Amino acid sequence: MSIPANSPLSPDQQQIANQLAAGLSAEQANWLSGFYAGIAHTGAPPITAPAAKTELTILYGSESGNAEKLSSDVAKAAGKQGFKTKVVNMADANAATMSKAENLFVIVSTWGEGDPPEGAIDYYEEFMSDKMPQLPNVKYSVLALGDTSYEHFCKIGKDFDERINKLGGERIYDRVDCDVDFEEPFQKWLTGALAALPSGEPAAPGSAAPAVAPAATVYDKKNPYSSELSERIVLNGTGSIKETLHVELSLQGSGLTYQPGDSLGIYPENRREDIEAVLAATGLEANSKLGDTTLAEALKTDFDITSLSPAIAMKYNKVVESEDLQKALEDKAAFKDWIWGRQLVDLLESYPNKKWEVDTFTGLLRPLAPRLYSIASSQAAHPDEVHLTIAAVRYSAHGRDRVGVCSTYVADKVDIGDTAKVFFHSNNNFRLPENDETPIIMVGPGTGIAPFRAFIEERAAREANGKNWLFFGDQHFSYDFLYQLDWLDYLEDGILTELSTAFSRDQKEKIYVQHRLEELGAEIWEWLEKGAYFYVCGDATRMAKDVNQALLDIAQEHGKKSPEDAKVWLTALRKEKRYQRDVY
Amino acid sequence: MSTLGKSANEGIKDASEYLRGTILDGLADSATGSLSKDDQQLTKFHGIYQQDDRDIRKERRKKKLEPAYSFMIRVRVPGGVSTPEQWIEMDRIAQEHANGALKLTTRQAFQFHGVIKSNLKKSIAEINEALFDTLAACGDVNRNVMCNPNPMQSKVHGDVLELATQISDHLSPRTGAYHDIWIDDGSGEKVKVTYDPPLIDDIADPEEPIYGKHYLPRKFKTVIAVPPSNDVDIYAHDLGYIAILEGDDKIVGYNITVGGGMGMTHGNEETFPRLADGLGFCTPDQAVKVGEAVVRVQRDHGNRDVRTNARLKYTIERLGINKFREEVEKLCGFELEKPRDFEFEDNGDRYGWIEDHEGNFHYTMFVENGRVYDTEEYPLLTGLREIAEIHEGDFRLTANQNLIIANISPGKKAEIEKLLEEYNMVDSYERSALRLNSMACVSLPTCGLALAESQRYLPELVSEIESVLEDTGLRHDAITIRMTGCPNGCARPYISEIGFVGRAPGKYNLYLGGGFHGERLSKLYAPSVKSDEIKTVLEPIIRDYAENRKDGEHFGDFTIRAGYIKVTENGRDFHKDFVEPTLSV
Repeated sequence: MSIPANSPLSPDQQQIANQLAAGLSAEQANWLSGFYAGIAHTGAPPITAPAAKTELTILYGSESGNAEKLSSDVAKAAGKQGFKTKVVNMADANAATMSKAENLFVIVSTWGEGDPPEGAIDYYEEFMSDKMPQLPNVKYSVLALGDTSYEHFCKIGKDFDERINKLGGERIYDRVDCDVDFEEPFQKWLTGALAALPSGEPAAPGSAAPAVAPAATVYDKKNPYSSELSERIVLNGTGSIKETLHVELSLQGSGLTYQPGDSLGIYPENRREDIEAVLAATGLEANSKLGDTTLAEALKTDFDITSLSPAIAMKYNKVVESEDLQKALEDKAAFKDWIWGRQLVDLLESYPNKKWEVDTFTGLLRPLAPRLYSIASSQAAHPDEVHLTIAAVRYSAHGRDRVGVCSTYVADKVDIGDTAKVFFHSNNNFRLPENDETPIIMVGPGTGIAPFRAFIEERAAREANGKNWLFFGDQHFSYDFLYQLDWLDYLEDGILTELSTAFSRDQKEKIYVQHRLEELGAEIWEWLEKGAYFYVCGDATRMAKDVNQALLDIAQEHGKKSPEDAKVWLTALRKEKRYQRDVY
Repeated sequence: MSTLGKSANEGIKDASEYLRGTILDGLADSATGSLSKDDQQLTKFHGIYQQDDRDIRKERRKKKLEPAYSFMIRVRVPGGVSTPEQWIEMDRIAQEHANGALKLTTRQAFQFHGVIKSNLKKSIAEINEALFDTLAACGDVNRNVMCNPNPMQSKVHGDVLELATQISDHLSPRTGAYHDIWIDDGSGEKVKVTYDPPLIDDIADPEEPIYGKHYLPRKFKTVIAVPPSNDVDIYAHDLGYIAILEGDDKIVGYNITVGGGMGMTHGNEETFPRLADGLGFCTPDQAVKVGEAVVRVQRDHGNRDVRTNARLKYTIERLGINKFREEVEKLCGFELEKPRDFEFEDNGDRYGWIEDHEGNFHYTMFVENGRVYDTEEYPLLTGLREIAEIHEGDFRLTANQNLIIANISPGKKAEIEKLLEEYNMVDSYERSALRLNSMACVSLPTCGLALAESQRYLPELVSEIESVLEDTGLRHDAITIRMTGCPNGCARPYISEIGFVGRAPGKYNLYLGGGFHGERLSKLYAPSVKSDEIKTVLEPIIRDYAENRKDGEHFGDFTIRAGYIKVTENGRDFHKDFVEPTLSV
């Protein structure tokens, strides 16, 4: 191996370096590389540091594909000249990340009445907004695509050019505006703009600011943190019957930390409709005093007024003393059936008390418990945020619209900018392998996907090399593919090794994740034999059982184990912490 | 073999192993509903276009979902003839795998929209089981061969339909890719390829004897017309056959036309719509051979470096018609005779009931923009399915996106009439003559080329113009009106009397002066007219026409005589002589 001719070394230095390199052992070479790196950092250089390749970011916004095609042409040409290129589609990126770019080429087309390409609208708006950070270090040039037969010819390219300049960027080559025949002006621009780029000087190492010490307050379940909701998106596309929310909550200034696999607890509030129904059924007054608050207020934040179980019903009947209810309670199976789809208010209405006192009634109620949600983000990727994936529960039963208290609290009551009371719940039984080389298999249909988004984000941030295989399932490919764009990016970047999907309602026969596991049994067995960890998250009643069975079947079929040995094997896998579940 | 053309699609074809590409891998990738960029070009040869619902792109990006990719499948129906059994199957596939609508195209084909990737293979296999295929329905090959549905002369129709089928079969790609990808039943058996009539000369490329591995430089469209009807728009197609009759029902041969085509690019005057030229006359037994020769001359002489200049019409502009004829005759080994006389009257459909010489009945119904689907008020899909269940004749798709329920025996007529009545189809053609002569392409939200609305907007625009027609007493005067969402011209707007071509959302170029039976190109009258100003722009011209037209004068002819636009003599002149109108809007 010898020093390339285009290195920043002088011919003499090249010769010396080549001679030295020829006789080095691996150990010597390692030592020397550290030594030279040290010289670069202490800034006492008799010798120039070895050239890192100069980075060139090519940012494009494309509607018809022309800008995209030209961007890849630029990347090829620049690559040949020794630049390290990064092609960024405006449709896939946040504008603020551009503040890291040092050399930037922008290729963007203009449509209709001077509009950006459809996919680039958000990016463009962010770039033009006050939120856009300064770009004082960027050297840039713009290629604008357009059509002279329109009034606002190449407007978007012009806007980017002016905007980057205003943000402090240095225009190293004048913008070129192209008409529909763009090939020739493009070539001219490419040659000129590439020639104007600085060649080969390594970037000065940035100095990291010291971390601000975290706030002293300790937040936990007893003292929950009031976190601001910063984003809420229904992930399901129009046409879906599902309502799965992606929510982002702010941790800014809280000093709170969490790990992938942890859960977030949220303290919900009861719905007004449910409070009113309970008040109507008991005949109690909303503004009756209870301690230093009113009954209505207490029913909203302090008490569980929806859950119903045989235990609650028994406790209830000690007060009400209804013979009918007593009789009903005696047939346990029938009573369980009766409870199905019913809530406390149904009990109040079906077996009413003649007269309620506030204290007697609230004495029957359990405190309103927080709900736990598996966290869908990694703090390494989002230092000041925590993300959740929540299925909004809404259904109609026995003539009443009913909801999941916490999921609809987050869906309907907490607006963006409002706060909710939250705390972290650690889950050491659901953790990534210590070893970043270890392969993992993740099975997370529906909202079970949440912790695996955190896992993948974490592994991407850690630059972990271990292979990652994700199984996802839901009803419809077109509407219910939660976080699809994230997965496509991770697949492209090679962070996600395999993605297997099962959409149950896209064809006549229902296909679930366990069917995919069985189809791919040979490969799964191979991964497990190589030490892969196996994770399952989501529905406990059916999915987790079916997946468990699929694992046993795989061990029998592909591991040639007897049914008993398969069970022993799976138990051992669990004990080794290589089979972890977060099911609910 | 010729050197590889420079246009990007030539490279894709070259590397595709006769249209295979990586389509199979793409179908197996369950993470995305999309195929790779190159494969999207290749699937066109298989009759499949990848599209997405552009209305919801932005919303889906917010939801972290990729665009709502789905596929349009075009079914090749030579001559537009479908049996009732085939109709029922198309209906079922539309409901089970597509968006529930069956589209009748401007080229006598069926189209399904909204088929997701995981259902693609199933759909094509089921279409195959119904004895239709989608091979070469799109792509740089000879596409669906059209012919006049001609219910009046059943013997003539039988003859031209047979020719359409022969040409279609003869010019079909022979690659095994279609079978391997879509139909493969695991038997490993290849489709048996026969050459009837035989090829002109030795087989140079055994896998693809007529096309070779690079296929044609661009799409290629063939039609057969039976005068006096020019419903298939002979002048708008690459290759045309005009049946020349002796007496009522004997076809003595065909006038061959070449080099018609609609597509152009906004702002590029090197691209233009062009009417076909007459090439000569051939006898029926020479017809397939002449077709093959035309295809092969275009294969070898078409421009493979610049895709916008690759259609046969530009080849003929470049070579000249005489040189082109020489090349064709050289391949054929015989000379073409001088074209014979014929006369066209219009390019529309004849609506309503017709009884043919054999005593069978045919019912031609109006299908707005060719869209067969159910609404509560007009359950057209269901109505036609019920008819298909009892019908013993056939269905014919017309070149104007309408439908003929053909060959109804006298004994069945009452039953079918009852169903027509029950489903409100009996007065499908009780519309203004303008609406009956209207045609629009698909455009938004699914077509990737669309710049403006088309089939979702034209019906509304026609209603606006109808108010002017009512007012001026022109309700029953046929004027052809066509709209496309982009300049590629799927609804053949440049030969209609009023033509709209989308430029940007809500903005259209307005063309006037096309020939009533498709014999003359139109001319740009006003560029980028906003949709809410169209009526104001057209109204004075329509009023002028109502007052000052000569007896029997068509609207297109009038707009030239009255000086609204200059006449367009040929394609080269299409962009010339545009005069900025002084509009009162």
